[in-house]
Amino acid sequence: MMLTSSQTAGARWRDPAMWMAAPAVIFMLAVFVYPFIHGLILSFQPLEGGGMLSNYIKFFNTDNLWMTIGVTLKLALPATLINILIAVPVAYRLRHKTPYQKIATTILVIPITLGTVLIAEGMLTYFGPKGWFAQILQTLHIYEGAIRLTHNYAGVLISLVISGFPFAFLLILSYITGIDPVLPRAAATLGANPFNQFRYVILPLILPGLAMAFCLSFVQAFSVFPSAVLLGSPAGATRVISIAAYEAAFENYDYSMASAVAMIMGAVQLGVVVIVLGARNLFYRGPVTGGKG
Amino acid sequence: MMTSQSISRQPAPKRRTHWASRAWSGLVVGLMTFFLINVGLMIASVATNSVAKRWLGTWLPNGWTLEWYSAAWQEFQLGDVLLVTVQVVLSVVVLSILIGVPAAYTLARRNFRGKKLLTGLFLLPLMIPPITYGIPLATLMYELHLAGTLPGVIIANLLPALPFVILVMTPFIEQIDPNLESAARVFGARTFTMFRHVLVPLLAPGILAASLLVLVRTIAMFELTFLTAGADTQTLVVALYYSVFAAGVRASQSIDAMAMVYMIVTLIWLLIAMRFVSPTQLVSRVKEHPQT
Repeated sequence: MMLTSSQTAGARWRDPAMWMAAPAVIFMLAVFVYPFIHGLILSFQPLEGGGMLSNYIKFFNTDNLWMTIGVTLKLALPATLINILIAVPVAYRLRHKTPYQKIATTILVIPITLGTVLIAEGMLTYFGPKGWFAQILQTLHIYEGAIRLTHNYAGVLISLVISGFPFAFLLILSYITGIDPVLPRAAATLGANPFNQFRYVILPLILPGLAMAFCLSFVQAFSVFPSAVLLGSPAGATRVISIAAYEAAFENYDYSMASAVAMIMGAVQLGVVVIVLGARNLFYRGPVTGGKG
Repeated sequence: MMTSQSISRQPAPKRRTHWASRAWSGLVVGLMTFFLINVGLMIASVATNSVAKRWLGTWLPNGWTLEWYSAAWQEFQLGDVLLVTVQVVLSVVVLSILIGVPAAYTLARRNFRGKKLLTGLFLLPLMIPPITYGIPLATLMYELHLAGTLPGVIIANLLPALPFVILVMTPFIEQIDPNLESAARVFGARTFTMFRHVLVPLLAPGILAASLLVLVRTIAMFELTFLTAGADTQTLVVALYYSVFAAGVRASQSIDAMAMVYMIVTLIWLLIAMRFVSPTQLVSRVKEHPQT
C-alpha cells in the first residue's frame, strides 16, 4: 500500500526512496555526462584553428586515422562472432546443472582472471617463434615453417578470443539455464531430437540474450588497446582506433583531436550495437506475428 | 538422456540421433579441450619462465630459481604498486556499494517518468568502450589537476563499477517480497530505517557477490587507470603493461613473475566470488528451482 500511495508529483518529492538514487545520478552526471559533453564541445574547437569540423575533416582525410575504423572492426567483429558461435554449443552442452557444469565453468573462469596484459605476455612466451606451441607443432611435424602468431593480426585476434570467450560463455550459459527446462522436455515428448529442441525451442528464446551477449562482447573487443599494442603491430595491421585516440591525447597533447577520435569511436561502436539490437527486434517479433505461418 | 527415454518408442530416429549427437558433442568437447589445453599451456609457460634461470628455445629451462619474484618485488616497487591497487580497489568497492545499492532500490521499487532515461544513463557506460569515455574524462581531469592523483584514479574506476552494481542489484531487490517492507512500515519504520534493518540484511549475499565482482573487475580494469594514473598511482595491471611495453629493459622472467602475482591475486578473489554467486545466475536468476 505504502509503495503505491505516493502517486502525485508533490508527494513524489517527499518520498525518500526517490532521493536514494540522487547520489548515483549526480555522480553519473558529473563524471560521465559532463565530461562527455565537454569532450564533444572540445572536439569542435581544433587546436590548429580552422573550421569547427576541421578535426573530423582531418580524421577522414588522413589515411592512418580513418583506416583505424576498418582495422578495429576487422578485429572486433570476427573475434565477437567466433566467441559467440563457439560459446553457444558449449553452453548448450553444459545446460544441465551437474558437477560437470560446475567444474567446466570454474575452469573457463580462469582465463578471465588473466587480464589482457597477462594474456599478451603469455602469448609472447607460448606462441612466440621459440615457444612451446611452435615446438609442439614442429615435433609432431604438423607445420614445419616459421610460426608467426605474435606481433601481427593473428596474435591480436587470438588474444581477443582467449579473453572474450569465457565472458561470452558465462553470459550465454546464464541465458540458456534461465530457460524453463520444461519447455525442451515438452518438445522431447513430442519427438524432437536435441538438435530440433535447440533449433525450435532454445534458439528463439535466447536470441534476445544472444544479441545482448554479442553487444557486450563486442564492446570488450572494440576497445582492444593493450593487446593491439603488445601483441600486434601498432603501426600497421593492428593500428586500432583506440591507439589513434591515445596518440592524439598523450603523445601529441591534442586533446581536441583526441576527443574527436573518441566521439567517432563511440559513434561507430554504438552504430553496431544499434544494428544488432534492431536485428534482434526483427527476429524476436518474427515468431509472434508470424504465428503458424 | 531424457531424449533417448522419450523417443524410445521410435527406434529408427533414435539411432540416427544418437550417432549424430555423439559426433556433435565429441566435436564440441574436442574444441573446448583444444582451447583449454592451449590456455593451460600458456599459463604454464608464464609460470615456468618465472622460475627459470635461463630459457632460450628449449623444452625446459636449464635451471630453476625463485629469485625473479624478489627481483620483481624490488624492480617494480611491487609493495607500492600493491598498496595503490588495494587502496583503489577497496575505495571503488565501498563507494560503488554505498551509492549503487540505494539507487538500485529506487529503480527496483518505484515507477516514475524518466525511469527509462535513468536506466539508459546507467547502462550506457557498460555499452561503450572505456577508452571512449576515458579520454574526455582524462582530459577534464588534467584541466582540474585531478589526473595522477589517487582520488582521480578512484573516480575514474568508479564510473563503470557503479552502473555494474546497480544493474546486478536491481533484480536482487525486485525478488524480495515488498510485503516485508510494508510490515516494517506498519511498525513505524521510515524508509531509511526500513532500508537499513530489513533490506540490507536480506540483500547481504547479493551485496557480497556484487562487491566481489566489482573487486575483480576493478583489479582488471586497465584503460581507465592507464589514462588517469600518474607515475605513483599505477595499479598492478598498468604497471604490468608498462613492463611488457618496455620489454628488453627488464628480464622477461621478472615480468612473468609479476604476471603470476597478478593472476594469483585475481584468481583468489574470483574463486571466492564464485562461492557466493553462481556465474550462471548473473543474468537470469529465475529458474534456479524449476517448479515441476
